[in-house]
Amino acid sequence: MSDHQLTELIERYINGEMNADERECFEAMRRENAAVESRIEEHAQFIGLLKQYGKRVELENRLNAIHQEIDVHSLAEELTVHPNWVVKLWRNHHSKISVAASIALFAVVATLYLTGSFNKSTSSYVALRREMQSIKRTAENAERSNKAILHDIKSNKRVINNGSFAGSGFALTANGYIVTNYHVVKNADSIYVQNSAGDAYHTKVVYTEPAYDIAVLKIDDASFTQFSNLPYNFRRSKSDVGEDLYTVGFPTDSLVLGRGYLSSANGRNGDTVAYQVSLPVNPGNSGGPVLDSKGNIIGVISGKQSEAEGAAYAIKSRYLFRVAKEITKDSTDNKIVLNNKSSLNGLTQAQQFNKIRNYIFMVKVYN
Amino acid sequence: MSKAVNSSAPTDNEVVFGILNDSDVILKRLYVAYFPMVLQLIINNNGTTDDAKDVYQDAIIVLYNKVKSGKFELSSKLKTFLYSVCRKLWLKRLTQLSRYGGDIKDFEEYLPVEEEGDMHTERDIQFEKMEGALKLLGEPCKTIIEDFYIHNHSMQDICERFGYTNADNAKTQKYKCLQRLKKLFFQQN
Repeated sequence: MSDHQLTELIERYINGEMNADERECFEAMRRENAAVESRIEEHAQFIGLLKQYGKRVELENRLNAIHQEIDVHSLAEELTVHPNWVVKLWRNHHSKISVAASIALFAVVATLYLTGSFNKSTSSYVALRREMQSIKRTAENAERSNKAILHDIKSNKRVINNGSFAGSGFALTANGYIVTNYHVVKNADSIYVQNSAGDAYHTKVVYTEPAYDIAVLKIDDASFTQFSNLPYNFRRSKSDVGEDLYTVGFPTDSLVLGRGYLSSANGRNGDTVAYQVSLPVNPGNSGGPVLDSKGNIIGVISGKQSEAEGAAYAIKSRYLFRVAKEITKDSTDNKIVLNNKSSLNGLTQAQQFNKIRNYIFMVKVYN
Repeated sequence: MSKAVNSSAPTDNEVVFGILNDSDVILKRLYVAYFPMVLQLIINNNGTTDDAKDVYQDAIIVLYNKVKSGKFELSSKLKTFLYSVCRKLWLKRLTQLSRYGGDIKDFEEYLPVEEEGDMHTERDIQFEKMEGALKLLGEPCKTIIEDFYIHNHSMQDICERFGYTNADNAKTQKYKCLQRLKKLFFQQN
């Protein structure tokens, strides 16, 4: 019997296509011949696998057909757990964000370092006295001093060289009292004042009030006699936020006018001694007067905020009254009465400036 | 975070009887009812929608075979069974792809299903070999074998379809084809 015939018999046997005689004959052969037996088994197994495979393929086709009908895409959209936008942003861009953050951090640290913010002694408050760049001119100045002395003798007029520091000051009374900041004249050996007309006088400190940052100087110079009556007066009452103000002082070697307004009733960190004013001030403005539009002195420039634009501070004028009283109390001969009559009211800015210019002084400090 | 899967889901008993009776309707309802659950599992654990399809269909086949072989007992909810099988299959796939981060985000409760997963792959290997052998067999052998053994067509039909002059020629051809298929099948590792 050929293999082909045997295979056909096996198939017919398995499929139950044999009649009773054939079956009996085949089963007898199966019992006798172990090779036939194993062939039957092997064939049945292989065909079984083939049929199972067929069923699997069919099932897979059915499942695929069902799957085709499902809108997987929108379902996926709906079922995806979306992290919130911060997490997404971080996941998508974390390298970029990290780099940006590093650069920003570096920039901040570098800026702070370069601007000296790590230096504790530097405060955001800047006192506005001017440091004179006189070192390289020292020799020249010495020579000029000699000439000046000679000149002095001849003309009885003083010519002074630059001091170590300079601030501004203004006449408190007609008889030679001058107000400036305490920080301008602190540790001074000698102090000169000079107005924009060039009149220079030697002064001495007669009163200091470090708490208010006020110092009062008295001209003790032979060439000085008396100012004519002060054009401005001193305001005793409080000034209102929003009032127009101006200041005059010596941030440079010539008198400079700066205009602005009162921006806060209190000074730095709520300091009630001072106003906050929005005025352009620079080193050298310290000690200059702050006037309102009617020519009332309402304060004395004392400093500014270094990290904020347009925030300067002025000591309120009512402390000047207090100072005047203190000086009067301490010294028997000096009766200080502050002017209460302004001759500036109604004048234009330019006219006011011209009237007061000779009462504003550059305070030169030598130490 | 898991959204309730909308269900016109067939009852578990309906599914069992449906599979036993080869019901297309039940199979479809079953498939549609639980696919979103598996899709949610896969796409939220580093998988694609195609991965979800593969895993889900594998799990359905596991269930199908279990029911057909009479070995399926409803010891848990069908939903839980399917989820657990899919979870197991996906974990296996992730590990093979080295994409498994050691943490899987779950949306349903699940059971340990060691056995089903392994049985499934054993059979898969056999089927893959059969598929490969059939591919190598070429025409007309492939169609003759498939028609006769899988689709249960009679030799008479096959004769007519392939234009054989008599059934004996067709039988000889079928025999040769089967012998080649066996050879190809057992040659594969």
